Amino acid sequence: MLLGGVLINLELLFALLIVGLMVGTLVALLQVYGGRFFGTLASAYAWIFRSIPAIVLLFLFYFGPSEFGANIPPFVAATLALGLRSSAYQSQIFRGALQAIPHGQILAARSMGMSRINAIYLIVIPQALRISIAGWSNEFSSVVKDTTLAYVVGLTEVLRRVRIITDRHYDLAMLAYLTVALIFLVLTYAGNHALGWLEKRLRIPGLQMVGGGTREI
Amino acid sequence: MSLLIVENIHKKYGTEEVLKGVSFSLERGDTKVVIGPSGTGKSTLLRCINHLSSPDAGRVWLDEVEVTAAKAKINELRAQMGFVFQSFNLFSHLTALSNVRIGPVKVKRMKKEAATKLAMEELDRVGLAEKADCYPAQLSGGQQQRVSIARALAMSPKLILFDEPTSALDPELIGEVLTVMIDLAKSGMTMLVVTHEMGFARSVADEIIFMEHGVIVEQGTPEQLFSSPKSPRTGEFLHKINELYGETG
Repeated sequence: MLLGGVLINLELLFALLIVGLMVGTLVALLQVYGGRFFGTLASAYAWIFRSIPAIVLLFLFYFGPSEFGANIPPFVAATLALGLRSSAYQSQIFRGALQAIPHGQILAARSMGMSRINAIYLIVIPQALRISIAGWSNEFSSVVKDTTLAYVVGLTEVLRRVRIITDRHYDLAMLAYLTVALIFLVLTYAGNHALGWLEKRLRIPGLQMVGGGTREI
Repeated sequence: MSLLIVENIHKKYGTEEVLKGVSFSLERGDTKVVIGPSGTGKSTLLRCINHLSSPDAGRVWLDEVEVTAAKAKINELRAQMGFVFQSFNLFSHLTALSNVRIGPVKVKRMKKEAATKLAMEELDRVGLAEKADCYPAQLSGGQQQRVSIARALAMSPKLILFDEPTSALDPELIGEVLTVMIDLAKSGMTMLVVTHEMGFARSVADEIIFMEHGVIVEQGTPEQLFSSPKSPRTGEFLHKINELYGETG
């Protein structure tokens, strides 16, 4: 029963990471390259979603739409609330990485006739993504655990199921919570281990500060 | 008509006027060397030519096409002008080969096989074919600069702009880069070189431009400038450089 719940946590985690990565990358790019208007907009976005407590966001996304007669499933509400929240944090990781790439890289690309978009896409982003991995493994650890918050909007993920068990068998509470703790220890370890492997694999030979190394353009 | 014409370029950064009306032209196949004290706008001049920074006033023509025109296709024009930076600026996530190949593939839409062959030829030309699979961080400064020259050559440019290409190098690495540049000049490449290497200027330049405080003080053949400079400032500068860098070649 608990394992079935964990599967839902994993599904949510997957959805959160995809939403967070895609929106976070976009927000970071707008913040760094979007000019004044889009830059301000992106900064405001990052500020708002990093300021509001996760539980409040969950309630807003779950109960908000129903005010207008639109019922959205808990999974979707949780994906949006926690995914957008994570995207705000991820955007700051990626923004730092984008700004760490020396300006000479863009100058060199532009001076050979590359468009600005291509210079960013082919030269800056591949390098920035490598730098981001370390920061992302931190964000990953935090997002994994955030998935349990989704129980407040009624998602029958692992913590919700623990509650269902303990409501009937109070004596099992300690054991159940310890099991959940163990599950998250394993999940976090596995995730960080995978990211560490990725970081090593992508490391650019000879370059210590920046990880990575593509063989092809 | 000259390959490159620079006409009355002005450029301000904030309140400081870095270029105060610079004009000259460069003939096909010629090498022109720009010398002068630091902070006199030499690098800015190069960047105004390929429009990495836009001049406030003045015009630039490359092969009869105006670079400074409002409707100029700047990416196409830049592709015809190589640029070699003081700090190399090789793409650090790409191998030497990919660094040289990326321009032909992504800018000139060349087929990858053809571009690989071309890139290997250009690496061979700068003597680094065996380093094709190395990343920039695995190369010495001199090797990196030679790769960056190969990267410029792979675009088959009409001219190459060099911005102090040896200033960031350890003294013992300067020679290998200068050798490549001398070969290039002899092979008929059109080059505009900002440098403090007087030996290079003296032996390779068709003409030398001496710049100070945003204007051209004097220009002429190496003979004229080194043996009978018209302006006392030119003489002083060459004397000082000679003291700093030793033998002028």
